[in-house]
Amino acid sequence: MTHHPDPAPVIEMRGISITFPGVKALDGVDFRMFPGEVHSLMGENGAGKSTLIKALTGVYGIDAGTITLAGEQVSFSGPAQAQASGISTVYQEVNLLPNLSVAENIMLGREPRRFGSIDWRAMRRRSAELLAGLNLDLDPASLLGDHSLAVQQLVAIARAIDVQAKVLILDEPTSSLDADEVAELFRVIRSLKEQGVAILFVSHFLDQVYEICDRLTVLRNGKLVGEYLVEELLRIDLVQKMIGKELTALDDLEQRARSVVVDESDAALFVNAAKLGRRGAIHPADLPIAAGEVVGLAGLLGSGRTEFARLLGGIDRADTGELSIGGKPTKLRTPRQAISHRIAFSSENRRDEGVVGDLTVRDNVVLALQADRGWFRPIPKKRQDDLAQSYIQALNIRPGNPDALVRNLSGGNQQKVLLARWLAIAPRLLILDEPTRGIDIGAKAEIQKLVFNLAENGMSVLFISAELEEVLRLSHRIVVLRDRHVVADLENDRLTVDSLLALIADGSGDDDPDGTDAADAAGTPDGEPVAALAAPEASASDSTTTHSTGGSR
Amino acid sequence: MTKLLEAPERPIRTGGPVGPRPRAGLARSIRNLLTSPKYGPVTVTAVLFVAIFIIGGVRYRGFFSGQVFLNLLVDNSYLIVLAVGMTFVILTGGIDLSVGAVVALSGMIAASLLQTGWSPAAVIPLILVLTSVLGLLVGLMIHVFKVQPFIATLAAMFLARGLCYVISQNSISITDPTFVQLAVARIPLGGNLSITPSVIIALVVVAIAVWVLQATRFGRTVYAIGGGEQSGLLMGLPVARTKVLVYVISGFCSGLAGVLFTFYTLSGYPLTAIGTELDAIAAVVIGGTLLTGGYGFVLGSVLGVLVLGVIQTIITFEGTLSSWWTKIFIGALLLVFIILQKVLTARRR
Repeated sequence: MTHHPDPAPVIEMRGISITFPGVKALDGVDFRMFPGEVHSLMGENGAGKSTLIKALTGVYGIDAGTITLAGEQVSFSGPAQAQASGISTVYQEVNLLPNLSVAENIMLGREPRRFGSIDWRAMRRRSAELLAGLNLDLDPASLLGDHSLAVQQLVAIARAIDVQAKVLILDEPTSSLDADEVAELFRVIRSLKEQGVAILFVSHFLDQVYEICDRLTVLRNGKLVGEYLVEELLRIDLVQKMIGKELTALDDLEQRARSVVVDESDAALFVNAAKLGRRGAIHPADLPIAAGEVVGLAGLLGSGRTEFARLLGGIDRADTGELSIGGKPTKLRTPRQAISHRIAFSSENRRDEGVVGDLTVRDNVVLALQADRGWFRPIPKKRQDDLAQSYIQALNIRPGNPDALVRNLSGGNQQKVLLARWLAIAPRLLILDEPTRGIDIGAKAEIQKLVFNLAENGMSVLFISAELEEVLRLSHRIVVLRDRHVVADLENDRLTVDSLLALIADGSGDDDPDGTDAADAAGTPDGEPVAALAAPEASASDSTTTHSTGGSR
Repeated sequence: MTKLLEAPERPIRTGGPVGPRPRAGLARSIRNLLTSPKYGPVTVTAVLFVAIFIIGGVRYRGFFSGQVFLNLLVDNSYLIVLAVGMTFVILTGGIDLSVGAVVALSGMIAASLLQTGWSPAAVIPLILVLTSVLGLLVGLMIHVFKVQPFIATLAAMFLARGLCYVISQNSISITDPTFVQLAVARIPLGGNLSITPSVIIALVVVAIAVWVLQATRFGRTVYAIGGGEQSGLLMGLPVARTKVLVYVISGFCSGLAGVLFTFYTLSGYPLTAIGTELDAIAAVVIGGTLLTGGYGFVLGSVLGVLVLGVIQTIITFEGTLSSWWTKIFIGALLLVFIILQKVLTARRR
């Protein structure tokens, strides 16, 4: 697995830089791939993975650096050209046509023709050969849409390798596949590897990366962290390299959160989720949140942290478990219901699910409040102005002009406008999904202080962030997720970044869903908060840290 | 080509297609056929057409004859040509509302130019070029300026209808001997059966369209756009060119249908063919083409036209009903079909 059949890299990217307005998406990144290896590109959101892939496939032009393919310097103007040169991409969403046959999906655009007519026989024969090469028993004449997503994915790969692929890029190919389907995909990947194809495998699932990949490259914030042999890199080191440690100017907040005493009695429990789950999104898990408590959700991208929060925000419906709000059993079917219970969900996807760019700051701030009041009782102009003005001052929104269009604001200020919108409805639980992502350090500090102050005033906060320092700094309690399971629910008194990393990284219990259930079962069923628990599998298998003692209540 | 692997020891079953398999029972095969978005709706239409025809034959004396069937083609040859063009457009997920007005415009151009002494040999090609150019402009409007097909073709509809009035406010009759000859000509088929030259033209158009859609890259790209424009782009297909071209085809077909219509009426009249675009759309949808694009056949659309025609014929045979009942039946049928398409295709997964 580890030898290199060919010592010369098939792809070599050197010093790649790409700048978008205001953001340096890639900064002098080197990247290489050898023939016959499976290579993984690792990094959290915004690390520059997809930008690097798009630079390689010609979707983005590069501002600096060189790309060499099989020893020759290349510069692609688009994916079609990259594909013609042997770099094929299979995207996360299968970009094929469900209304056409499997054979057509493989051959479309390159159909064999005779006298101007498509030679259907030759086409079916050729695609049958390709499918047989992938060890797939599939009728080429059947409609693509009749097959499962996994099979469609394999058909996409068949299409990709038909164009003499030297490099095959698989972007999150397993995100919608089940275990058997993943095994099937891996079998295909291994056979392609034996044929000398270089495969770039991008996945958020660490287990899969460790199972299939030979080598990996880690990116963080658009910069290269390093290139490693998978077998020589411990998981915990990998996670640490992906997340990184960022020293910020926020040390004054350190420890303050931990000193706050939260009233944990039943009466003060605002939200209590018991075995709340949703198929394909998050395994059933408990989550009690007390009034005035900040609960942090820690886990890698794709671990289920957003999915869990969406259940509480009424964005997605839970299909198992119970949720009680203020002691009463409640079912949340829509965000509107959640809002009426004073639960506000601020999405990580600020642009598409958050602010309305074409409206003014004022309009954005009053939006949720107005929706809650009903559209037939408009908020008087005077009150709108007062609200907007007061939040502009309180949150230090720049420019301080209520009539400014939100799309012209910086990311940090857009985030503040979004926060103001939810604060305007006076929520009792504020769910913040990645509120500090992609914003500058000053705004970040302001938002963190705000969260802290809100909690002191009795608001519950569910705080999600990829930055562990931030989670540690703000949270009273931290819930750790891994591969869509809650693996630990810990009091934040003796936790460190290292102990959290260990919990997040350790995948030994992944295939055992009962592991979570065992942890869940330790919580008392009558709605009492789950005592701080370390997932048994995590503490059992990790001897390097002294985490998971938890706090007593 | 990538070197293939050696033959696998054990092929992996992948769940297989849902489509008919030899061992599946007949009922299951039928169910799979009916719920297939590709074949289901067109199968239902075929069954419906046969059923209506049989009902007519049982109820009315003289209905069950070859000539009644052939008259469906004779009376609707222009609509068949329109439906062929419309099928291309709807397969890409678009719509063309201008075709009725373009039929009228073609008639007006033909009638006025023939009146001033032009030769039919010049008039007909000119009409076909003009209507194709109009289709090209519509297609470019849709592609370059990202205008909704509904709006772009609505604009073209008003333009074409307005131009009719610019040419003349009144009906212009056609006395050109060639046109008159084509209008009255009958091609005997043996027995007492006969068809018109228009039917031949319409059937040739259908045959060409079937070939283009089934066996050319352009045709498959039409289907690909309907299945997913973005995917088509990523697969490197000529999406832009194809999208524009389907409106050119629809324009050409509208022009040709206009010429066939003047063979039928021997006049040009600004108010003619109002609402014909909706008949064409109805025929295409009843013929099993999904309005969202991607699924459908030209022959289905022909079947759709025949269904509309046979309903009209039944109402004529009934004698007591006003011909407006045709519209009511077609409306009801359309509704049933669209719901049926939804139900059948939703059952599938």
